[in-house]
Amino acid sequence: MPNIIFILLRRIRIPLIILISVYAISILGFVLIPGQDDNGNSWRMDFFHAFYFVSYMGTTIGFGEIPYAFTDAQRMWALFTIYGTVIAWLYGIGSLLSLLQEPAFRKLMTESSFRRDLKRINEPFYLVCGYGDTGSLLVTALSDAGIRSVVIDMDQDRINTLALEDNLFVIPGLCADASVPGNLLKAGLKHKNCIAVIALTNSDNCNLKVAITAKLLKSHVLTIARAETHEAEANIESFGTELVINPFDTFAGRLALALQSPSKYLLFEWMTSVPNEKLPEPAFTPKGTWILCGFGRFGKAVYNKLLDANLKVIVIEADPEFTNAPQGTIVGVGTEAKTLLEADVLQAAGIVAATDDDANNLSILMTARQLNDDLFIVARQNLKENDEIFHASKSDLIMKRGSIIANKIFAIVTSPLLAEFFTLASKKNNEWANEIVSRISGIVAESSPGRWVLEIKSYEAPAVSLAIANGIQVPLSVFLCDPRNRADRLECLPLMLKRGRETILLPDEHEILLKGDQLLFCGQIRVKSHMDWIARNHNVFNYVLTGKERSSNLLSRLLVKD
Amino acid sequence: MNFEKVIFAFFIVLALTLNFGFFLGDIDNPAHHNVYELFAAIVVSLIATVLKAGDKTHLGAVLLATSLVADLQLIVVAIVWGVAMHVTQTGLNSDVMSAIVSLSGGALLANITSVVLLVSETLMVRR
Repeated sequence: MPNIIFILLRRIRIPLIILISVYAISILGFVLIPGQDDNGNSWRMDFFHAFYFVSYMGTTIGFGEIPYAFTDAQRMWALFTIYGTVIAWLYGIGSLLSLLQEPAFRKLMTESSFRRDLKRINEPFYLVCGYGDTGSLLVTALSDAGIRSVVIDMDQDRINTLALEDNLFVIPGLCADASVPGNLLKAGLKHKNCIAVIALTNSDNCNLKVAITAKLLKSHVLTIARAETHEAEANIESFGTELVINPFDTFAGRLALALQSPSKYLLFEWMTSVPNEKLPEPAFTPKGTWILCGFGRFGKAVYNKLLDANLKVIVIEADPEFTNAPQGTIVGVGTEAKTLLEADVLQAAGIVAATDDDANNLSILMTARQLNDDLFIVARQNLKENDEIFHASKSDLIMKRGSIIANKIFAIVTSPLLAEFFTLASKKNNEWANEIVSRISGIVAESSPGRWVLEIKSYEAPAVSLAIANGIQVPLSVFLCDPRNRADRLECLPLMLKRGRETILLPDEHEILLKGDQLLFCGQIRVKSHMDWIARNHNVFNYVLTGKERSSNLLSRLLVKD
Repeated sequence: MNFEKVIFAFFIVLALTLNFGFFLGDIDNPAHHNVYELFAAIVVSLIATVLKAGDKTHLGAVLLATSLVADLQLIVVAIVWGVAMHVTQTGLNSDVMSAIVSLSGGALLANITSVVLLVSETLMVRR
């Protein structure tokens, strides 16, 4: 990467030399041409006065003949030098300005300011490739949670949007092709603070390339990639990418979950919500015949999940041959009443508008609702910019592709234990999920619950670690007490305890903690700071454990023996 | 023969020779040190600096640095001269003159370094 100042200097070398030469000749002329002082004696201007005169003449032509009035010979020379210096200046400034406006040079300047921003990051950051709907949601969520990120995208417009976004941090954005390894390096892949690479571009090939590059150049970096086909998914997974997300499967899986177990769906939604998001209400899906409009990649995934749930599905698809739709598919888009009536919309329990066109999806669900007001309506929203109209459509469930993926990635990168929690939770039954949902709704208000992990390690929880090392039995309930008044409870719920390879879901309050335990909590995010206080401060910890307030200065330690 | 190289070497060597010419003579005798020669040395040294700027190589960076040192020393010489003549009006007595000449001697060293680097690079090319 060339230094911008050297390039600048090299490009304006000729104007600079011309300027120096013109000045030198002008000064020399004034020194050599004889003048007259007040008394008419012959007088020679010295270098000091000549330089002074030429300097202000060249820049301002604010005339004054110093130190004595000029002779005609001097005036004639001044006349020449005025034009000489003015032209030299104009030429110099003109070439500088035209250089600054040159697109190549501007690109260089933006890149160099990107590098400066990147260099200034002195805390862990995520490298996000692709700033589309998903990318922008993820970056905003990370920023709200106080986590830095760096963006790389091919589209200059998106990078401009990023610059205008009102984020907590300056998020450096590089306009470049992420599939070129050099660009990833430029974007800080090798930066010591780069802890994860997240490939969210809309091309599987590009995501694959990003994941390979990341794994080869920095093997320990966490890599998350999006893949739209199963082949690409398997391919990316094969070389150790930590998480591969198929938007269609994730999306259909979430929908299936909503159909099979509303409370589990709610639990997943809550646990993957981003800061400052309004919590969704539980939706109870009816059993019966479902209509599926659109049999594309998403439609197919939904179709399989619906069949798995033992529901009868009628498919409406405009091009059944091309999409390989099942037998009995009704041909049409689904936006017209005729097609919907053909699909027996009057008797159906629900409808999924799953085409890849937002206007069509909205049209389908409006028409369907006119025909059958009791329908359970699931709408697929493709673009974030249509938020308002989808919200106004009052669908029972809106599946936003971008936000489902962004939220999932956000949840997993911010609390690594969450993925494990989801795996365990999905095996539990509905009653279990119902209970946990009602317990969580008891402790959080309307906004999304926060998740955090507490590790019993001497670095993160010195007070607790020391107590355990001294043989004191520390129950989990210690962390549930309010450090300001131990009779009050903190508004949080321990979701999982991980001890070595063993994991306990919803651990008991009386569970005795051991060194190295990892606890996953959920609750109001401000509770986390109280909990950290307990874990780190010996006095506070003693207070919540025993109820005794101990002052730890030397005098009181000598006086009070406990 | 590369014309650009000729110009480049010309200015670097000229900066040295002018500098040397100014430096030569009794250290405290103003008659031995010509003000025009100092002026020419400053101008040529500035032009040499501009010519050197923008070379990305390590050698280029060192060349630029030596040139900047020479500029700095010579400009200080000019300032000292101007101050002595016009601001304090002490004139060119032997104290001022020896300060001026010794400063220009420093610039001379920087210019010598510059030329040595130039020559050694030229010898390495061998074509």
